[in-house]
Amino acid sequence: MDSIAGLALGFGNALTLTNLAWALLGCFLGTAVGVLPGIGPALTIALLLPITFQVSATGAFILFCGVFYGAMYGGSTTSILLNTPGESGSIITALEGAKMARNGRAGPALATAAIGSFVAGTVGTLGIAFIGPVIVEWALVLGPAEYFSLMVLCFVTVSAVLGSSALRGLTSLAFGLMLGLVGIDLQTGQPRLTFGVPELLDGVNVVLVAVALFAVGEALHMAWRHHGGEAQVLPVGSVMLSKQDLKRSFWPWMRGAGLGFPFGVLPAGGTEMPTMLSYYAERKLAKPKYQKEFGTTGAIEGVAGPEAANNAAAAGILVPMLTLGLPTSATAAIMLSAFQSYGINPGPLLFTQQAELVWTLIASLFIANVMLVVLNLPLVGLWVRILKIPVPQLYAGILVFATIGTYGISNSVWDLVILYTLGVVAMFMRRFDFPVAPVVIGMILGPMAEQALRQALTISQGEWSVFVTRPGSAVILAIAVLALAGPRLWAIVAKRRG
Amino acid sequence: MKPGAVPDLAVGLGVVALGAMAGWLTWVIPVTPVYAVVGPKLVPALVAGALAALGLLLVVAALRGGWSADIPEVAEAGPPNVVSLAWLGGGMLLNLVLIVPLGFALSAAIQFVCTARAFGSRSPLRDAAIALLVSLGAFFLFVEALGVNIGAGLLEGAILRALGREVT
Repeated sequence: MDSIAGLALGFGNALTLTNLAWALLGCFLGTAVGVLPGIGPALTIALLLPITFQVSATGAFILFCGVFYGAMYGGSTTSILLNTPGESGSIITALEGAKMARNGRAGPALATAAIGSFVAGTVGTLGIAFIGPVIVEWALVLGPAEYFSLMVLCFVTVSAVLGSSALRGLTSLAFGLMLGLVGIDLQTGQPRLTFGVPELLDGVNVVLVAVALFAVGEALHMAWRHHGGEAQVLPVGSVMLSKQDLKRSFWPWMRGAGLGFPFGVLPAGGTEMPTMLSYYAERKLAKPKYQKEFGTTGAIEGVAGPEAANNAAAAGILVPMLTLGLPTSATAAIMLSAFQSYGINPGPLLFTQQAELVWTLIASLFIANVMLVVLNLPLVGLWVRILKIPVPQLYAGILVFATIGTYGISNSVWDLVILYTLGVVAMFMRRFDFPVAPVVIGMILGPMAEQALRQALTISQGEWSVFVTRPGSAVILAIAVLALAGPRLWAIVAKRRG
Repeated sequence: MKPGAVPDLAVGLGVVALGAMAGWLTWVIPVTPVYAVVGPKLVPALVAGALAALGLLLVVAALRGGWSADIPEVAEAGPPNVVSLAWLGGGMLLNLVLIVPLGFALSAAIQFVCTARAFGSRSPLRDAAIALLVSLGAFFLFVEALGVNIGAGLLEGAILRALGREVT
């Protein structure tokens, strides 16, 4: 099916009342969790996973994607008004956005962030619709050896290339891989890493791990560092862009979207890098008379560009997830586990076997974008109210939902014990600067990588050389090695030179 | 060795210990004669080896001066707030003990009050009122909307009976 026909089919399905309602609910929830510090889309989708038993796959994924996109919009509100970025993609937005807000320009900052998110989200979704099928064509020729190499590349980029330290990123990844191994080996039926405990035969639940890492660990870490004092919410004023603001925002939106999307698509995942690049580009490219606003009164270009890059990258992350089944962010990893609980395997066959689901989802992303820009501009006052929920009750509420989300899975107190134990581990991970996203990605992608490895070795009759003799696999592995070793070699070379 | 690097050393040793534990767990995986090119032990052994090796590298990094003391977030933070952590941890432990006898809503409400206290709230009665609203709201949301079966506790059962519904 080509993209135009696909989109026609998708919009036909997405515009039904039920699916529109799912999209609206997702956008609303997503914006709320994006606004609230301490909860993000990964945690929210993990807590919502039980609906996969009740709701059709289409409805559930429209909801999840609404949450995913919505959190990107909501995150910018917190960055601008509180100067505390809710998620990594909006750290850069806080730089200029909070300065604009302090100088009475919160309204234009929020407006350029929301419209920029809309522009970039639309560009990114167009990218999914038109690039997705092309990648699928190409991915159909990949065998298990290439898949395994792709997953290795994915592991390297999410843990070693992004983040402050390759060593700590890889340690997080290995911990996640270990958690993923717990349970019965599907191929030979042997129990692995279970300590002989029968409850562990089914493996460690992904919801449990996500909730422990993102909710319990976060709450413990905040309590550890708690020293009183409330953050100040800056006043909003009128949310309008003047003609001049619009002119100054337009090209940063476009450049941000163009920069963000490819970063999301490549398994170089993450939104930090494109937002940072966009920020530096805009600071360089801004007219001289505006350049002095950077870092002083806050320049609108420095909000428009990174916000657009952030949303385009988020859209891009859906491309490898839908076409190859490779999640490159924690949220995508949890969405992948939702696909698995429907018995659907994301990957090249998804576009043909589940064409209706895929295209409805893509159409819903366009609809979600329109809903979000409406939710975020006229209704910005509502989100400011949400921001004023006091911290003690907010974290207390998050823990109540964390408890019910885990206890509800099995009604087992042991799950709560594991939840709180992993929460303590996550607190120490935060304190010692270990990233948590690679844990979730390793846990979900690890078993798939093992399966690909075994298939490849079965086909090659145990010949390990298959990973380097097949050209596709060899190239991908070479890129992975380069991504891992390149920056270090470069540092050594640069040091020698001088 | 810098004094700030001692906690980092402990972390490195902890990761080595985790790798050793994974190695031991791999060792005891039973292997059946079922034919498989890659048996059940290979990948766990690789992961255990990776954990141990990464742990050793972390130990080396710690001996060279550590990393965490230089993070601005850690450097600026004061000493750990033991009182906050105790309230939060106490709330978790109470929840573990009480969730079966009292049921979710009451147990979670008690945890809510403790958590709010951990973050500096000084009005336990108001918190308790909010807590019951939140925990009952969460209960009915999960049971009715998400279809998650959480056994009704004392409070939930009483409300369901008052509504004339069957209590499971």
